[in-house]
Amino acid sequence: MLLRHTPKEMTERQALTINPAKTCQPIGAMYAALGIHGCLPHSHGSQGCCAYHRSTLTRHYKEPIAAATSSFTEGASVFGGQANLLQAIHNIFTVYEPEVIAVHTTCLSETIGDDLKQIKRKAEEEGKIPKGKHVIGANTPSYVGSHVSGFASMTKAMAMCAQRTGKKNGRVNIIPGWVEPADMEELKRLTDLMGVKTILFPDTSGVLNGPLSGEYQMFPQGGVTMAELMACGDSTGTLALGEWCSADAARWLDANCKVPCKVLEMPFGLAATDRFIDALRTVAGVAVPEAIIHERGQLVDLISDMHQYLFHKKVALVGDPDQLIAMTEFLVSLDLWPVHVVTGTPGAKFEARIRELTREVPCPVNVRAGGDMFLLHQWIKNEPVDLLVGNTYCKYIARDEDIPYLRWGFPILDRQGHQYFPTVAYKGALRLLEKILGVLMDRQDRDAPEQSFELVM
Amino acid sequence: MATPMSQPASPADVKAELLKRYPAKVARKRAKQILINEAQENETPEILANVRTIPGIITMRGCTYAGCKGVVLGPSRDIVNITHGPIGCGFYSWLTRRNQTDAGPDGENYMTYCFSTDMQDSDIIFGGEKKLAAAIQEAYDLFHPKAIAVFATCPVGLIGDDIHTVAKRMKEKFGDCNVFAFSCEGYKGVSQSAGHHIANNQLFRHIVGVNDAPKEGRFKINLLGEYNIGGDGFEIDRILKKCGITCLATFSGNSTYDQFASSHQADLNAVMCHRSINYVADMLETRFGIPWIKVNFIGAQATAKSLRKIAQYFGDQELLARVEAVIAEEMPAVEKVQAEVLPRTSGKTAMLFVGGSRAHHYQELFAEMGMKTISAGYEFAHRDDYEGRQVLPHLEVDADSRNIEEIEVTADPGRFQPRKKPEEVQALEAAGYRFKHYDGMIPEMDRGTLVVDDLNQYEAEKLVQILKPDIFCAGIKEKYSIQKLGVPMKQLHSYDSGGPYAGFAGAINFYREIDRLVNSKVWGYMQAPWQKNPQLSATFGWE
Repeated sequence: MLLRHTPKEMTERQALTINPAKTCQPIGAMYAALGIHGCLPHSHGSQGCCAYHRSTLTRHYKEPIAAATSSFTEGASVFGGQANLLQAIHNIFTVYEPEVIAVHTTCLSETIGDDLKQIKRKAEEEGKIPKGKHVIGANTPSYVGSHVSGFASMTKAMAMCAQRTGKKNGRVNIIPGWVEPADMEELKRLTDLMGVKTILFPDTSGVLNGPLSGEYQMFPQGGVTMAELMACGDSTGTLALGEWCSADAARWLDANCKVPCKVLEMPFGLAATDRFIDALRTVAGVAVPEAIIHERGQLVDLISDMHQYLFHKKVALVGDPDQLIAMTEFLVSLDLWPVHVVTGTPGAKFEARIRELTREVPCPVNVRAGGDMFLLHQWIKNEPVDLLVGNTYCKYIARDEDIPYLRWGFPILDRQGHQYFPTVAYKGALRLLEKILGVLMDRQDRDAPEQSFELVM
Repeated sequence: MATPMSQPASPADVKAELLKRYPAKVARKRAKQILINEAQENETPEILANVRTIPGIITMRGCTYAGCKGVVLGPSRDIVNITHGPIGCGFYSWLTRRNQTDAGPDGENYMTYCFSTDMQDSDIIFGGEKKLAAAIQEAYDLFHPKAIAVFATCPVGLIGDDIHTVAKRMKEKFGDCNVFAFSCEGYKGVSQSAGHHIANNQLFRHIVGVNDAPKEGRFKINLLGEYNIGGDGFEIDRILKKCGITCLATFSGNSTYDQFASSHQADLNAVMCHRSINYVADMLETRFGIPWIKVNFIGAQATAKSLRKIAQYFGDQELLARVEAVIAEEMPAVEKVQAEVLPRTSGKTAMLFVGGSRAHHYQELFAEMGMKTISAGYEFAHRDDYEGRQVLPHLEVDADSRNIEEIEVTADPGRFQPRKKPEEVQALEAAGYRFKHYDGMIPEMDRGTLVVDDLNQYEAEKLVQILKPDIFCAGIKEKYSIQKLGVPMKQLHSYDSGGPYAGFAGAINFYREIDRLVNSKVWGYMQAPWQKNPQLSATFGWE
């Protein structure tokens, strides 16, 4: 037993987090920043934060993650990090020549009170930012929110690059939230099929699922360009996918550039994808093409074909709020019962929404925002489940409790494919369902007595 | 990027190319950290090391917290390690170093757990001491461990939480659980190295020597600076056991609280990673009278040499014979695989930029495969790791080093006991035996090779483009940018999925792994056939 010390008996903890179901803001900001073309993310703090974030993102995406740091030592911590950041901006533009530096703070620079806006102004005055190049910034102290809110902060900083000329450009802004590069690619494929011109940000497709060609490009082809971000203020509307990841940026554009926004849930599964396509159709004023209706029909077909393996199975889930809400709705629509749902990210709205989605589940449903995986594990010990859904750290629970397990979320450190195959929209739901069925049916095979070991399932 | 040079680049050209793009100030500093090796008999060139990382330059380094909690305490299995800080630091150091442990079917093992106080902004404003005390209490109530360790992250140092007093109070309250803390804030020092130092000092202060209950074993040693990445420690343990040598404690691979507590009973300390732990060896000698020697279990020859060195120290005929028998028994399997891979690996070149000893040790393994190391450097070493311990008295203490505590150690009045009589030591030394000795990496590298301290992404890319090694060794952050260039990258901090690489079985694993990497077909697929043989663009006449 790898988690042998986890007791079945539950106790409330006030101070100790065990096996967190979240991490800190800056890594989210770093991931989002990688979705800007020609951008070097910069961590303003001591160098360990940057090293940890790069390592984790590298392990998850299996791609180079270039990011710089202000490399604070004790001196900077006492006297302020301005000198380090100014020096860093100069060095970065000289050595790496990015289009943009996206600076995010850390708990260190936040606690000593470094003012990013003021330091940027000083860098401009001192001519450290070459003409036509940009420095953007987000405040991401690690003691507030989680990696999800850090992602949202940097996404909002992107929206704040928007300029409103008063002349609409006929585009639709789509803010996809923290999804995989493959998911962002899938959203672009769908909007292309719909014939809708969009500005998708952040967009890590092409950046974090790039080819192996014998060349290393610190700034690959992908990513939303600064020109596109600036044009966001003239778009017809904004679709923000996910309240936690994307709503702030969309609402800022609405309030400051008069670009009307609609905040939707992330399009995982059938119903959420339906709502996304419907909203896109409405805002862009286009018809839904037959090709998309066809894809939807394939998903419905698979659900009906395989329903017997899903009906009334219990599921435990852990992950990030936007993803969990959509996944819970999808599981319920498949007649599965989500019975334990944990996110590490705080937020009361989360619990309310999960309650709403699971109101028809005829057994008690445990929900916790700001919870951890130790809690999830204890819940599972008390009420076992047929399926566990979550990131790589769930593998210890899955092994100890012998539960079929779907790797989904962030980070996935021990499997491949998430960067190449989408799980959003209808095609993505097909893949999700295939994977869920795979683990459930493998388990059925494993546990079947010889006389009832089935060839045809 | 770099234009490939048609002529083989001279080391001076390469160095110039690495520096060309930098702003003047950066170039001046980096020039002192990039050295063309001209080591001679009694003269080792000087390198600038253990200095601040340049802001904005994409570094391979991590922080003090990573060195303390991640590297040194990470592999200790029965200590509840609580990170006091916001959630990230604890999360990122959770199982990511591939330390392995064997706790048996029901031993204590907290390595799969991540404990954090998950500080919120109210804790930053009002102080986090109360929350820390409550967290320690909750950990104690849930697990009743032998020991609880507390690690400070950046904001803890800034707001001034007195973690040591909290730890002391809780220890007194519990009575049966040792609680101690580490002031290992990420901003201290210039790299992970500072964190190793802080970790080791506290281990020495709070645990080493607290258990005097006698330990069995005729030839008792401690293994210092071995972290059981990918099971290295297991393989070394296997070999030592086979030789009849008892390893009382490994600092800190697969270690337990009690092993640290009893480690003062060893008769010899064998130091693997000089950088991370040489001062602990010194402290153990000063306080308890245990001599230390430098060993290396990376490479089959190095392993044999180190075993002989340990046996020679004890001077026991039976042990010397046993060691020879073990080497004779183990080597045929190693030589078989070596012979198998040699035709495919001979003459190939390697670059190593890892840690604080690995960049040195692994050169022996590559040499066994007929591979030459054309450039190497450490991520966080000090000058003595490059140039040898003779430079120690000449090292200048700068502001960043001054902040890292040095503890004063004196002989333990009751327990100091020199393990060897002066005449025994003299006899060994007369026979060429060297105690507390380390020559460093530079003298062992060929002339004209490039030694680079604190290599960064930009220089790594240049080095690879110009010198085109057959394999590059570094960490996970560097892995994919190097591989995009079409050069296989072997992680040597946590080995990707491989290991163990220590000892005899490890050498076999490494030969096979490197053979696989440098001879994988995939590196030939970079270009599509039509890209290799481009056609002139033309149109048919009738179009």
